[in-house]
Formats: sequence, structure tokens, C-alpha cells
Amino acid sequence: MSRWLPPFLRLGLLALLLAFLFRPAWFSGLLQPLVQDGAPAIYNQGDLLTLTLLHLRTVAIATLGATVVAIALAVLVTRPIGAEFLPLSRSLVNIGQTFPPVAVLALAVPAVGFGEKPTLIALFLYGLLPIFENALTGLTTLPPSVMEAARGAGMTGFQRLVRIEIPLASPVMLAGIRLSVVIGLATATIGSTVAAKTLGEVIIAGLQSNNLAFVLQGGLVVAALAVLIYDAFSALERAAARRMGRI
Amino acid sequence: MIEINTVTKRYGANTVVDAVTMTIAPQTITVIVGTSGSGKTTLLRMINRLVEPSEGTIRIDGEDILAIPGYQLRRRIGYAIQGHGLFPHRTVAQNIATVPELLGWDRARIDAKVAELLTLFQLDPAAFGNRFPHELSGGQQQRVGVARALAAEPNVLLMDEPFGALDPIIRAKAQDDLLAIQKHFGTTIILVTHDMDEAFHLADKVAVMDKGRLLQYDAPAELVLRPATPFVETLIGAADRPLRLLSIAKAAEVVEPGAAEGEPLSATDSLRDALSALMWSGRETLPVAGEDGTILGHVSLQALLQRAARPQ
Repeated sequence: MSRWLPPFLRLGLLALLLAFLFRPAWFSGLLQPLVQDGAPAIYNQGDLLTLTLLHLRTVAIATLGATVVAIALAVLVTRPIGAEFLPLSRSLVNIGQTFPPVAVLALAVPAVGFGEKPTLIALFLYGLLPIFENALTGLTTLPPSVMEAARGAGMTGFQRLVRIEIPLASPVMLAGIRLSVVIGLATATIGSTVAAKTLGEVIIAGLQSNNLAFVLQGGLVVAALAVLIYDAFSALERAAARRMGRI
Repeated sequence: MIEINTVTKRYGANTVVDAVTMTIAPQTITVIVGTSGSGKTTLLRMINRLVEPSEGTIRIDGEDILAIPGYQLRRRIGYAIQGHGLFPHRTVAQNIATVPELLGWDRARIDAKVAELLTLFQLDPAAFGNRFPHELSGGQQQRVGVARALAAEPNVLLMDEPFGALDPIIRAKAQDDLLAIQKHFGTTIILVTHDMDEAFHLADKVAVMDKGRLLQYDAPAELVLRPATPFVETLIGAADRPLRLLSIAKAAEVVEPGAAEGEPLSATDSLRDALSALMWSGRETLPVAGEDGTILGHVSLQALLQRAARPQ
């Protein structure tokens, strides 16, 4: 699979990332040529590891919220009782995606103040669409003979959902969550414009003080996180799909 | 016993099943035949309430099925479909255990039942129980599908073209297995097919449907000898009538005393097979052997021709 980094590359990237987060000083020589005389090469206004963990926490909370809401919504509109809400929920989720996160931040700050909250709102809204659309695809493209057999065996609607539909749709749902997480990891950086503690802080500090090394290390840490998490989700999806003989 | 009384199903102005009345005797195999869109599958699906009748009543052993919640009714009725419908994320053993689990059987009883059924369907429980459906061949998947339908020991088994996706050799084997299973459990089987050979091979009684109406519900021989409508005659195939008659009788029924030359036939072979063997060997008579191999007598070409002729 081409979207799968060979295992050694993945492990190498993880080792490099951990080394940089725990021992940034080791890398200062590497980044020194990028800065003007006297300026620090490694971010010095906060701990990189703490920022990374806060960044991940923000993305995790927002994605978890988006996952719960989007999957609940997809389950609801695929039941007979909720079918008429399908167009409505589709447009709502689409609006969430069309609204640029920066605009959401700008609108949310007056309402909830500076800090992590407006970032969470922006990431949550932005992450809904991929999860919702994928969950919808997964739940509506189940093999008809399998669903017929589940009904014929005497499963109730809830038993079919929990025992058959969600497990069978899980690889496609996971793909949606993966997209949402990766988008969220990148988007979370702009949260620092409204004082959220994320890796965006490093990038913004670099831009303000014309320090290329800061910009680069902030960007690279986010990129490495995105690649590794994308990779982990792909492996999960593959494991789920292989179990069902889809590969 | 299943009593279907003036059952009708309408979708809007479209009548799919039109006032069908039939009574199915316990421990028999009833085959519903008809062209696509004749309403045969809809009729079958009304028996386990996958489709709700618009009018009429269905009783199973005297109990109106509308008195039981649909999902509980379906746990008591086996259901096997074309393309097996096995759950791809559950192992063979888990698939077979589906209904017993829903009924809350204890683990030991479920495990024993799964092992019993796998053995009955000639699948080694140790080798197959933990495999996933996609790791099986088409014929094995189909057998697991029927085993799953029988797991909770239902009195009634509904089958919707269960052998439709199998190649001819495996299909013949699956049909013989089904006959053996039916003898073993005494299950009442209602099977839908559009394959007339299959119908004549399996059925105690055949129900012919066309455009939602039940045209004739009779023993296979009656269908050949006294078709109720031209449609029934066409469906059976006018040219095939003598062969159909031969195919539903066994060699034991026409055996005459006396010895004969040649490879013996089995008493359980159909007369059609017997005719075929006689023609191929070029002989007038062939010996018939019982199950234990003793020669019971012989069948003659003459007897077969008489048997296949239209009754005067």
C-alpha cells in the first residue's frame, strides 16, 4: 500500500520527533544557520513538549466531540424515523465546513472569550463533515443480503445497529475520523491567534520576530504529528477491513 | 402446520400477492415456484413478518403470527437466503450462534449446537469454527448459512432461492443435504425457487404463483398430470412431462421380480436416472439393489415407458 510508510520510516520519524521534543538542544546546531545573529534557534518562550501535548489535547477533544455528534447524527438519519432529517443535517454539517475556521474564531471570541474555547468550537465545526459523510456512506452501503439476514434472524433495530451496522461501517467511519484529525492538527495552529496554547504559538512567535527556525520547528512538529497519526489510523482501518475480508 | 388464509399484499395500487390461501402440512417440504415478480418471495417473507400482510391471516400451529412481535417470531423461524448473508465480521461459529445468542441460551448449549450443526454439514468444527466467512468456498458459505438458520431448532425453515448462487454440482449436493437434514430434524420447509428441476427434486407439494395469484398447490405428479392452467403447463414444460413424472418416482416403485444383467441401480434412484442408465447401457432391463446391496429384482424399459405415459 503506497499510503503506508514502510515501518522503519515510521519508527524513524517517531524517534526523531520524540528526540526533538525531549532534547531540543541537540538540534540547535542544525537550526542555527536559519537565524540572525544572537537570536535563539530553539523556541524559548515555553516548553515544546507541553505545547505539543496541549495541541494534541485540543485536537483530541474537538475530534471526539465531532465524532460523537457526527456519528449520532448519521445513525439518526439512517433510521426510518430520522430519514426526513437527512437533507437538513447534510446542509447544517456542510455549513460547518464552509465557514472558514478563522471566521469562526473571530465570531466565537466575543461570545466565549480568548483561549482554548473558540479553537475547540472552530475545530469541532470543521471536523463534522468528513466524519458525518463517511459514517453516512458506511451505514447506507451495507450489503443488502447481510442486513436481510440480520432482520431474518430476529435482531431488533438496536441489535442490528450495534452488532452489525456499526462494526461493518467502522472502516469507512475511521477513514472519516482520520481526515478530520489531520485537518484539525493543521487548523489548530491558528488557534494561537486567540491565545490558545498550541504549536501555532511557535510559528506566530517566529513570524513576529522574523525567526525562520521557530516557524520551521513549529511547522515540522505539526507535520510529523499529522503524518504519524494518519498512519496509525490507516493501520487501524486496514486491520478492521482485513477482518471482514475486504482486502 | 402453517395456515395461510386469503393473504393479500398491496404496495399502493399494485397488488403483489392476491388473496392466497394454502395450508402447509407439518414436516413437509413445500416449494413455491413462479416467474420473477410473481409474488413468491413476498409470500414467503410474510410468513416471518419481514413483510406485513395488507389483508388476511397467517397461523403457525394455530397461533396468529400478528400476535407475536416480529423479531420474536423471526427467532422461532429459520431463514436462509440466496447469497447466504453471513456476517462478514463474525466467525463461522459466531454466525451460527446468532439466534441462540439472541434467545439467551447458555454458552455450553450454544457451543454444543454449533459443533453438532457443523458436523452435520460436513464441516470440521475445529477447522472451520474460527474461520471468517470470506475464507470459505461458496458451497461451504451456503452450508453455514443453512446451519445458522437451523441453530435455534426452528420448526419452520423459510428458504429464498438458497441454492441460486451455487454451481450445478454443488447445488445438487446441497439439495440432497437439505433432504437429509429435513429428515433428521423433521423441519417444515418452505422454499422459493424459479428452478423447476429443483422444485420437482425437493417438493412434497408445489405451489405455482403468477402475478400474485396462487394458480395451483398440489403434489408434483398432480401438477404434471392435471395442470390447473395453461401457465402451469408452460412452466412445467409440456415436452418434459414424461421425464418430470419419472423424476419424482423411485426405482423401488417399479421393481419386478427376476434377475437381470448389468450394473445394478439403487432402489432410491429416480426413474429418470433408471431410464437414463437403461438407454446408455442399451439393455431392456437392469437389476435393482437395495441399500444393503442385495438384488431386489429388476426394472424394465417397458415398465418405465408405461409409467411415463399419460394416464388414460
